[in-house]
Amino acid sequence: MSTTNESPLKKVCIICAKGTIEDVYATLVMANGAVMEGIEAKVFFTFFGLDAITKKQMKRIKTATVGNPAMRAPGGLPFPTILGMIPGVEAGVSAMMKSQMYKLDMPPVGEFLEMITAGGGEIYACKLAMDMFKLEKEDLHEEVKGVLTIGDFYGKCGGDNTQIIFT
Amino acid sequence: MAQKTYAGQAVEVNDEGYMVDPSKWTKEIATELAKEEGIDLTDKHFEVLEFLRAANEKGETLTIRRVGKSGIVDIKGLYQLFPGGPLKFSSKFAGIPKPASCI
Repeated sequence: MSTTNESPLKKVCIICAKGTIEDVYATLVMANGAVMEGIEAKVFFTFFGLDAITKKQMKRIKTATVGNPAMRAPGGLPFPTILGMIPGVEAGVSAMMKSQMYKLDMPPVGEFLEMITAGGGEIYACKLAMDMFKLEKEDLHEEVKGVLTIGDFYGKCGGDNTQIIFT
Repeated sequence: MAQKTYAGQAVEVNDEGYMVDPSKWTKEIATELAKEEGIDLTDKHFEVLEFLRAANEKGETLTIRRVGKSGIVDIKGLYQLFPGGPLKFSSKFAGIPKPASCI
């Protein structure tokens, strides 16, 4: 317990604009971690982040094997970008990442969304990005509460001790 | 580290109020720990606490997902039993260390 006089965080509003495994899971872990601590959580998926809540795509998210300097082979060996370009490597690496995460009890994306809403968290999709990708509300996972403009989302981010996080 | 009295018993707790020695736990202590957070324990609560104690004894990593798959209660139900802290409160009342878990 903190000994300072800080007042505790009450709400986090998280915006996810990217659709890689690490961006999506960072968002989900932060949102779930918030509701587990009794902190309100609202999540806004936009641009490629929409993949995480689109029924067709949510099981297929991947990690980038090109242009990712922190990417290393098992054992810390270097992983030259050119290897990442070989067909199948991205899928293989992504499957490996997912299997490692499942070992740590991180659920698949759909189940993670359910865990967040079970704790009272709310999931939203960006209207502009939906229009851009020609998506309808029916294309989205059932746990998505609504399709909002960014202005509407900001409208839900009020109150003392609220933080907006962009992943 | 501090010593507190629960159910007429001296109990060693850490800075966050978690019991230091799980073997000293009793249902009466759990009831009083829960009262501090404004929660009245029911049989369903105790089922969860017993599950957590058994899992902790086996050295398993505790997550709300695991509790949700225990067959005792789903995750939504777990939030209803322990509002504002499904894992941090349940583990506290179960007399086990606070799980170092993000899930």
